[in-house]
Amino acid sequence: MSTFNYTILIPALPLAMFLLIGLTGHKFKALVSGIAGTASLGFITILSYITAINYFWGTGMVNDVYQTIIPFNFEWLNFTETLQVKMGVLLDPISVMMLVVITTVSFAVHLYSIGYMKGEVGFSRFFAFLSLFSFSMLGLVLATNIFQMYIFWELVGVSSFLLIGYYYEKPSAVAASKKAFIVTRFADFGFLVGILILSYFTGTFDFGILTNPLTSPVASFVGTSFMGISVISWAMILIFMGGAGKSAMLPFHIWLPDAMEGPTPVSALIHAATMVVAGVYLVARMFVVYHLWAPDVQEVIAWVGGITSLFAAVIAITQYDIKRVLAFSTLSQIGYMMLALGVSGYGEHAGVGYMASMFHLFTHAMFKALLFLGAGSVIHSVHSNYMYDMGGLRKYLPITHITFLIACLTIAGVPFLSGFYSKDEILVAAFEHNKILFGIEYLVAGLTAFYMFRLYFNIFWGEDKVYHHTPHESPLVMTIPLMVLAFGSIFSGYLPFSHLVTSDKMAFTTHLDYAIAIPSILIGFLGIGVAWIMYKKKTDIPDRISAALGGFYTTVYNKFYFDEIYLFVTRKILFNIVSQSVAWFDRHIVDGSMNGIANVVITSSKKIKSLQSGQLQQYAAVFVAGALGLLLYVIYLLG
Amino acid sequence: MNILNLLILIPILTVTGIAVSKSMDAVRKVAAIGMFLQLITSIVILFVYMGIRKSGVTDEMVLMSDYTWFTTINIHYTIGIDGISAAMILLTSIVVFAGIFASWEVSNLQKEFFISLILLATGVFGFFISIDLFTMFLYYELAVIPMYLLIGIWGTGPKEYSAMKLTIMLMAGSALLIVALFGIYYLTGPADGQHTFNLLELAKNTMSLPAQRFFFPFAFLGFGVLGALFPFHTWSPDGHASAPTAVSMLHAGVLMKLGGYGIFRIAMYLMPQAAAEQAWIFIILTSTSVIYGAFGAIWQKDLKYINAYSSVSHCGLVIFGLLMMNKTAMDGAILQMISHGLMTALFFALIGMIYSRTHTRIISEMGGLMKVMPFLGVVYLIAGLASLGLPGLSGFVAEMSIFFGAFQHDDMFHRVATIMAISAIVVTAVYILRVVGILLLGPIKNEEYKLLTDATWYEKISTLSLLIAVAGIGIYPTWLYNMIYESIGPIAAKLIVY
Repeated sequence: MSTFNYTILIPALPLAMFLLIGLTGHKFKALVSGIAGTASLGFITILSYITAINYFWGTGMVNDVYQTIIPFNFEWLNFTETLQVKMGVLLDPISVMMLVVITTVSFAVHLYSIGYMKGEVGFSRFFAFLSLFSFSMLGLVLATNIFQMYIFWELVGVSSFLLIGYYYEKPSAVAASKKAFIVTRFADFGFLVGILILSYFTGTFDFGILTNPLTSPVASFVGTSFMGISVISWAMILIFMGGAGKSAMLPFHIWLPDAMEGPTPVSALIHAATMVVAGVYLVARMFVVYHLWAPDVQEVIAWVGGITSLFAAVIAITQYDIKRVLAFSTLSQIGYMMLALGVSGYGEHAGVGYMASMFHLFTHAMFKALLFLGAGSVIHSVHSNYMYDMGGLRKYLPITHITFLIACLTIAGVPFLSGFYSKDEILVAAFEHNKILFGIEYLVAGLTAFYMFRLYFNIFWGEDKVYHHTPHESPLVMTIPLMVLAFGSIFSGYLPFSHLVTSDKMAFTTHLDYAIAIPSILIGFLGIGVAWIMYKKKTDIPDRISAALGGFYTTVYNKFYFDEIYLFVTRKILFNIVSQSVAWFDRHIVDGSMNGIANVVITSSKKIKSLQSGQLQQYAAVFVAGALGLLLYVIYLLG
Repeated sequence: MNILNLLILIPILTVTGIAVSKSMDAVRKVAAIGMFLQLITSIVILFVYMGIRKSGVTDEMVLMSDYTWFTTINIHYTIGIDGISAAMILLTSIVVFAGIFASWEVSNLQKEFFISLILLATGVFGFFISIDLFTMFLYYELAVIPMYLLIGIWGTGPKEYSAMKLTIMLMAGSALLIVALFGIYYLTGPADGQHTFNLLELAKNTMSLPAQRFFFPFAFLGFGVLGALFPFHTWSPDGHASAPTAVSMLHAGVLMKLGGYGIFRIAMYLMPQAAAEQAWIFIILTSTSVIYGAFGAIWQKDLKYINAYSSVSHCGLVIFGLLMMNKTAMDGAILQMISHGLMTALFFALIGMIYSRTHTRIISEMGGLMKVMPFLGVVYLIAGLASLGLPGLSGFVAEMSIFFGAFQHDDMFHRVATIMAISAIVVTAVYILRVVGILLLGPIKNEEYKLLTDATWYEKISTLSLLIAVAGIGIYPTWLYNMIYESIGPIAAKLIVY
């Protein structure tokens, strides 16, 4: 399939831009870096669209099955004669879909950033890092094997670290970037061990071999168990641990809200649309293995997803920082995607959960990026992140207002917008699998509508606050991306996903299930309605409710004290107890015993050296005593 | 003439050149030119070596020369290299080259300083090209003695104490080593009745098992002390903290690698059965020290101590990889030696450069240095990322090879030890990011620091030469990995039999 050879340019170009801007950026005017970065991303966006069109509606499908095409794969390192790491480009429905998602959002974010980051110190550094991130993320989704994915997984992590800590003189940003890196690194430790186990048994990293439902070597090791659980399940749950870290699932979610310290375009790109769904993508990539050979782990995934989506939605209601509300909303929505994969079957209509998960990933990327960029536009004009500093902004920011409203309606599941369709498919899949999870998702749907409109009304309605200067609409370079994404949010729901991205790569037909859709619409409107009553005009209802809830409200507001627990474990136990004792032990016990040996030598030499005094009388006395002793010995003992 | 002789000749000529130089500037220029030629020679040797292999030569060692030196006890001056020594030679010449530029500003007894430094390097080069154990030992001692002077005279802080401690501990190691060498010499059954120190000849026969059991710990610990094997590593934090920049670079970057190199080339290669039997003790020690060093590093306040503990962790991984006794893990261990050598030299160079500006190494007294010295800051960050095993930099390839090699063992003991060693990647991230966060990021702590300047041209040469090597190995590791993989074959083959 030589027709896809050009796809290597898609990850290569951002890498080249990173090196170019990184090494020479300071020599040019800042704007040059921004324009160069954006232009090259625009170019690969076009390439990705061409790839998608060629693939989905061109040569990708052979005999009704979407082919896996590997236009490019070279040997990078041969661990052993058989275990090889390759670097390449793999095209199949999910990777092509991800190309579209990543390049679209990344391009929008690049363009937006030219306006948003204007005048910042390190403007070109920002674009260099964005390019690095785009390269890593594209390399991740195009990976032909799990080791390549791990490599780019780490690179994505470090790009995220660099971008969260963009304002590196701000201690909170530094702390947040550190936290994000270390938490995900901890999860990656599991990922790595998982890869080790999997590759030890199967002898390969290759996705094509591992996920082949008929010939995968994984199948023959399902019977091998370790501590009562199949080794494949061990491997897959550890691999999922990596995914949960990157996708900020419970209990690894703690880094994501703090990651909002990064510039808002970064939050939109990395912490809403692309990097945080890497975990979902990983599970989807290995879906066959999960479903066929580690069903117990798949069940875990469903529950982790379900619980995270509820947990995050509850917290989102209580937060005041608009970016954090969105961050918790992201957690909740990714929970949806994980749940959908967890409840999915394989093949045809049974695989509706898989399809729905990818569908939701796609639509979510559009509307969540839009929400973040909209929030960025708001923050840009009022210079605050907190909703109590905002109000009545619809008059000042008309474009932001309308696009933000569209995104809110989409995420709330209002009919005819994209979120409605993808969420409906998830609910269908959940309903077929597990009624409790299905119930949770209904509840979350209502909560989502409520907290999003709490946000919306607080920002755009209510009374004007005292502003430093009259808020003004952002420049076109920022509002055009908003409009583009709004377009995506509205219409991406009409993409025939069940014909494009399915678990067995064959098309199937779905239809709207009204029995599930209508209650979900009503729940959505209920959430919006309650928010309308409570927040459209200033009322004291919210305060009364939070007062009535008392301790529970405080617990939720403090995010169930997860951060405090982590801090306790890391600061108090690992740092203060383990690390401090190791340092002490090393200085005093280990080194102390070395010094002790030295001291013993010195002391004994001091003792012994008095023997060699140089005094003739002493020597003579010792000599005589020795001679006498010898004489007595000879006479009495030998004689 | 054998091209390997140049590796000894060039430093000797350089030392002579320095001795007759008149001005300060001439001294450092001669040193720089000499070590630049040395670097070129090392690269040429690497290509010559690859060329020989390409032409189908499968000898264990190539480019061999043999001169009888002392007939009575059959000591030869035998030199030759394989892929591993070729790689180590290149590492050494890069580090020495960078070290010269990092010492550009040394002014106190400058001539003597450069002479000692280059003599030290000569010892290392000689060690890596030696095949005769006796000459190898001789070169090893040649490297240790200048170290004492370099720390004792040009060091900082409690330098006499540190120099003494370092030298005595390393000498104690040498004492163990010489016992082992004579054990090997007398007890390895010679084919023709003539005892020999020649490594290749010795490897053809094997000592009796009881003899191996007795002498293996001597050889292993003797080299282990040098390779910072826990719990014999404590000379390293004190020694490095007191040593001048270039000495720390050379010492941690290269000299400590002699330990790891000796472990597989002598201890494990010549006493494979004992190695296999006793490995478990040292696997426990090393997998502990990987974590232990990392946790120790979290709590340190002095930049050099942090790096010293980090070295304990990374060097623990070297020996751990060697003890896994298969080609993948041993290859990883050797890559880790090279990678750690480059990284740690880079760290020490940077620490020296930062110290020369801020006059402190206590991290809490600094902050926000990225703003005032972006070049050094960025290089420090990249070195940190290499240290925590970021893909695309050398540490990652080395660590992954060790882990994947170690995981080939399917018993519980090796598994647990491996997973313990792997868990250090998290702790490493913690201490690296902690330092980066406090030292480079955040607001500038001290108003006076705003006046500091960024790297000078010679500092840039020093750091970039190391950085390029770190990135080069990380991005395209295949050639190096394969070159080592071929050469490790004979050693691994002997170990795997048992």
